[in-house]
Amino acid sequence: MLLVLIALPVLAAGVAAVLPSDRVRPYVLPLAGAAHLALTVEAIAAGRHPSLGGWLALDPPGRVVLLLLSVLFAICAVYAVGYLRYRRELSNRVFVPCLLLFLGMTTLVVCSQHLGLMWVAVEASTLATAPLIYFNHTPRSIEATWKYLLVGSVGIALALLGSLFLAYASLGEDSSLLFGDLLGRAAHMNRSWLQVAFVLLLVGYGTKMGLAPMHSWKPDAYGEAPGVVGALLAGGLTSCAFLALVRVFHICVAAGEGEYAARLLVFFGLFSIAVAAVFMVGQRDFKRMLAYSSIEHMGILVLGVGLGGLGVFASFLHMVNNGLTKAVLFLAAANIHRAFGSKSVDEVRGAMRRVPLSGTLFLLGFFAITGSPPFGPFVSEFLIVSRAFAADRFLVAGGVLLLLLVVFTGMGRTVLVMVQGAPSPEGGRTSYRDGLLTGLPAVFSLALVLLLGLHIPAPLEALLRDAAGFLGRMP
Amino acid sequence: MLKVSAINLLLVGVLLLNLFMLGTSRIRALIQAAALQGVVLGVIPILIGAHRDWNAGLIAIATIVLKGSVIPQMLYRALRDAQIKREVEPLIGFVPTMLLGALGTLLSVAFASGLPLEPQHRELLIVPASFSTVLTGFLLLTTRIKAITQAIGYLVLENGIFIFGMLLVEAMPFLVEIGVLLDLFVGIFVVSIIIHHINREFASLDTRRLTSLKE
Repeated sequence: MLLVLIALPVLAAGVAAVLPSDRVRPYVLPLAGAAHLALTVEAIAAGRHPSLGGWLALDPPGRVVLLLLSVLFAICAVYAVGYLRYRRELSNRVFVPCLLLFLGMTTLVVCSQHLGLMWVAVEASTLATAPLIYFNHTPRSIEATWKYLLVGSVGIALALLGSLFLAYASLGEDSSLLFGDLLGRAAHMNRSWLQVAFVLLLVGYGTKMGLAPMHSWKPDAYGEAPGVVGALLAGGLTSCAFLALVRVFHICVAAGEGEYAARLLVFFGLFSIAVAAVFMVGQRDFKRMLAYSSIEHMGILVLGVGLGGLGVFASFLHMVNNGLTKAVLFLAAANIHRAFGSKSVDEVRGAMRRVPLSGTLFLLGFFAITGSPPFGPFVSEFLIVSRAFAADRFLVAGGVLLLLLVVFTGMGRTVLVMVQGAPSPEGGRTSYRDGLLTGLPAVFSLALVLLLGLHIPAPLEALLRDAAGFLGRMP
Repeated sequence: MLKVSAINLLLVGVLLLNLFMLGTSRIRALIQAAALQGVVLGVIPILIGAHRDWNAGLIAIATIVLKGSVIPQMLYRALRDAQIKREVEPLIGFVPTMLLGALGTLLSVAFASGLPLEPQHRELLIVPASFSTVLTGFLLLTTRIKAITQAIGYLVLENGIFIFGMLLVEAMPFLVEIGVLLDLFVGIFVVSIIIHHINREFASLDTRRLTSLKE
């Protein structure tokens, strides 16, 4: 079952690679996305079902990430069909298969229950996304790809070193690296090796998540990649890296090093939010602004896990909210970029008039991501902050609230300037107008974000509770 | 006992190569040193391996061939095709980086002594050599300007991880082998694709020209 879930997108990538027509090829994306979503729902309903000798299984946190990933990919797949119609001048022979490989490899990250296999999958998903960032073939996109590959590879190399350390910490008569076995042996692990291993893994997978100060690749990659790739990276790949980090954290907690690890998570979380807030104020490039917003929300995720208790539940909820809201923002931003031929705030004015749908979506997406009610992120951010108060971490809670306010005003100034007013008649006129395929996916995504803010559906809540319960339970 | 001192001798060689790489001003010499380091690393697992199946042998051969010959040849070609100046251009001078590297080696030794090792590993220099090599890779990555020297820095960083893998090669050969092979693959991927594309677009491998993206 899980094998099928992983093999399906990889096979679809093969099919897309051999299809000769640039016109037909994009349609593989929604087909594969829909099949993947159907299989995902069935797999989640069916439970754990381990395969390959326990190397693959769906643990409760994995279920949440898998659902988010699959929904997000389906949304982006529909959008990609519309997007690639506007990009007929470029061949999508590499782009489409790489999108599908990305889905396959991230699914593998989610399903892998083995420390080494998970690392391999994260590595593979990095390699699969590099050509996506390079899609536009401009000097700037090469620069972004170079930074992404180099910084990402160094991060992943450190994660490998951390995995080896963790393996060394757990050496004993039984040397299996399945997460279940590692959790079982955690109490006997060597503490010094484990502590160093956690730092290395935090830095390594934190680089993939884009936590500050390992975030330097993120503004460039998100700024230069097509919007649909930005949505998948900011909502999907980072969530997978978060899952990898949470699994390692779980082992630390089981080994009795939870307090030490949680302190590091809180520190990196606050630091990321602060760095993002500083760079978001006065940001002139709205796609780079979204990258900093992603850094901010990755910080919130690890902060929530570091605070523990209800914070873990809230973090997983926030991961879902953030992923879906990022889809709205990146897809709307890509449409605005297309309509004005620029992603600089200096040239984009009156987006609401020229592309009313995308302009409105961008504005609403901004309200959602900055934690305004009635959208989903409000609920999860509220839960995380109230967890900080409940745990008597007043400084942390106060700091987060202050930084969120800075982000709101900084981002708000940029967004309001973009959407209001009248577009200047001479500059940056392009033929792009909102279409069904490039508009509806973002509308659907926003509807989900709104739904999550008003009422969390019972099945999702059960999944989130399971995930938080799984991570809170001592083996 | 003889085996232990042979391995330690090789590891000392690795440490000296680290310092040489930080100090050299010629890209060719840098590539040669990295290649030599790769070959040395390929030999170590053969010495360590108590159980010599042919998996381990294959990995050793692959490491030696790829790190010692294939990757350096690719780097030479890139150097020739792009007609880069043969000098390494440092952001921080050679002497300061060498001093940093030496300091890093000392700290690695100190840090490694704080980590408890299994009895059979206590006399080996693997942990400090690994830390020091990772650190050297980091220094090359961050203080050298050209894309090609950054790629070499990444390869050296990988070498450091490879050294640490030696501690685990007996307990979990699979993890180490797969890690080594994938790292090699990524190394080649990074070197070839990026150098190829940067060549074409910029006709230069100077990352200072890759600075249109910054705050």
